[in-house]
Amino acid sequence: MEPFKKIKTIVTPLDKVNVDTDQIVPKQFLKLIQKSGFGKFLFYNWRYDEDNHEKQDFVLNDKKYKNSKILVAGDNFGCGSSREHAVWALQDYGFSVVIAPSFADIFYSNCFKNGILPIVLDEQTVEKLQHMHDEIEIDLENQVIITPEEQIPFSIDAHRKNILLEGLDDIAQTLQFGDEISKFEKQSKIPSVL
Amino acid sequence: MGKTLFEKIWDAHIVVEKQSGPSLIYIDRHLVHEVTSPQAFDGLRMNNRKVRRPDLTVATMDHNVPTTNRRLPILDQTSAIQIQTLAKNCKDFGIQLFDIASPNQGIVHVIGPQLGITLPGSTIVCGDSHTSTHGAFGALAFGIGTSEVEHVLASQTLWLEKPKPFEIRVEGKRKNPHAVTAKDIILSIIKNIGTGGGTGTVVEYRGEGITDLSMEQRMTICNMSIEAGARAGLIAPDEKTFDYLRGRKYTPKNYESLVDYWRETLKTDSDATFEKKYVLHIDDIAPQVSWGTNPGMTCDVTDSVPSPDDYSKGDQNQKKGAQKALEYMDLKPGTPITDIKVDRVFIGSCTNARLEDLIEASKVVKNRKVSPHVRAMVVPGSQMVKQQAEEMGLDKIFIDANFEWREAGCSMCLGMNPDILSPGERCASTSNRNFEGRQGTGGRTHLVSPVMAAAAAIEGHFVDVREMDLS
Ligand code: SF4
Repeated sequence: MEPFKKIKTIVTPLDKVNVDTDQIVPKQFLKLIQKSGFGKFLFYNWRYDEDNHEKQDFVLNDKKYKNSKILVAGDNFGCGSSREHAVWALQDYGFSVVIAPSFADIFYSNCFKNGILPIVLDEQTVEKLQHMHDEIEIDLENQVIITPEEQIPFSIDAHRKNILLEGLDDIAQTLQFGDEISKFEKQSKIPSVL
Repeated sequence: MGKTLFEKIWDAHIVVEKQSGPSLIYIDRHLVHEVTSPQAFDGLRMNNRKVRRPDLTVATMDHNVPTTNRRLPILDQTSAIQIQTLAKNCKDFGIQLFDIASPNQGIVHVIGPQLGITLPGSTIVCGDSHTSTHGAFGALAFGIGTSEVEHVLASQTLWLEKPKPFEIRVEGKRKNPHAVTAKDIILSIIKNIGTGGGTGTVVEYRGEGITDLSMEQRMTICNMSIEAGARAGLIAPDEKTFDYLRGRKYTPKNYESLVDYWRETLKTDSDATFEKKYVLHIDDIAPQVSWGTNPGMTCDVTDSVPSPDDYSKGDQNQKKGAQKALEYMDLKPGTPITDIKVDRVFIGSCTNARLEDLIEASKVVKNRKVSPHVRAMVVPGSQMVKQQAEEMGLDKIFIDANFEWREAGCSMCLGMNPDILSPGERCASTSNRNFEGRQGTGGRTHLVSPVMAAAAAIEGHFVDVREMDLS
């Protein structure tokens, strides 16, 4: 995974609550067996009409937001199915940061596995950011969002922050605990399936 | 201080614990299916890693398998590739697979318990959010993403933040347990606490209203924990739990000694504390019908479609959500629920496609016919459920009433196979999600219990199943 760098772009406002992973990537696109290429399916049913034409009123189809890497959405973002395809789609499309008042648990942890930073902020601040037209800067190292008017601090678990900043391979790290895992297995009461 | 059941299972599975941050938790059972696993196996190959414990890993094909004749080739090329990919991955990495031809094939959360793979006090994960189903057996079971699938395959562990324990008490007795079901209990809970009500928690369901339930009904409850946002839901095991698992195909050889141990250990201490509590009284609850586009948007069958103002109680976001939902569902506030006509009926999914669900639904259907404008189908949760139902003659009851009787799979719960709603079609469904487009683009889903779905199929619109003669 690429280490997470400072990001400075305008925000893409998605003024919806309870955006579920079925909306982020509709299920007809889950049949691919790779991780790449899901960006074109992001928010598919909102982006395109029945004849596959872009819907003009959907924010992603507004050219202005083309280079935005920061999505700002409503409460309970990423609820529903555990599909990681939702995060792959956001990442492949070009988003590196998602800001919302709250996230569904599985989606939240999926973000960190794919170099996306999810930031939880209170509802008022999220609303303010949704109406912000200037570029904002995300500084993960110092845990702060810098807008032209103010600095907004955010909190994040230290372990997860480190994974993003260093772009670490999660599994390689865990496998260093091989001895501990073996020790645990020796005393485990739950037998094999077969 | 005492501990909750969840905390006991958690503590018993800690491999590495640090001062702060996530702990490394051991996983006892890993269930794998075709949709969320291909990229995980790819990752293993790329890094030259193997599966640490193939003997704790079991795979099946359920999400996009066709539910029609199994001997025919799969028409959808991409589905076929995904299914072949799982078969190859299981072969390469030495994992037991119940493929499309196996008598043990079925929805992953239906076959786990049925085969005795699900065990009390264990940790169970699967790349599917409804893994919470297995919590009915007193297991800590939860859904994970594909990167975590890869992590578990490689290390048999996961780094997890400890969720908070949440007690949901279900008190009282239902007056008519054939008409008011476990599905109505869990929908009532979600209606009251909201789809985010359980975020960051593991729910323990307790009380008379829960212990009264059979194992299959308890699975319906735990299954939908995720729809309240909870990481997992569980129920302390009791004799019903131990009886259910006794003598199944993969029940461990030393089962009785495990049971002795579980009886002693798997319960919440009387002085344990929960971070959060909620109580539901079920003496008077009615059958539930969802009217909107998330499972919290649910009301009694005797109610009318609410207005966004009444529903939102002043919250602007909720109001906007309700307006959008009503538009999508093409419903007007004030319409009695029983006036809503349905085009399709789906009895299936890991929420409600076990033998008991089919038995109960068949009582409604027996000697009746599906309304002429309705297309209705039953998709058993597993091939084993299907076979048991057929031995009881349930297939005949459904077929005689003009239901379609299918092979096992997820089917129209998520519409990844050819079983989907057409745009605008309205469906009474026993599944767990009524999100926009879940059962097919533009399709409209109403979540109900199996008996309510069966009754809607017969009458052509929603009815209060308590008023039907089920003798
Ligand atoms: S039946 Fe539905 S909810 Fe259950 S595992 Fe299959 S797709 Fe998921």
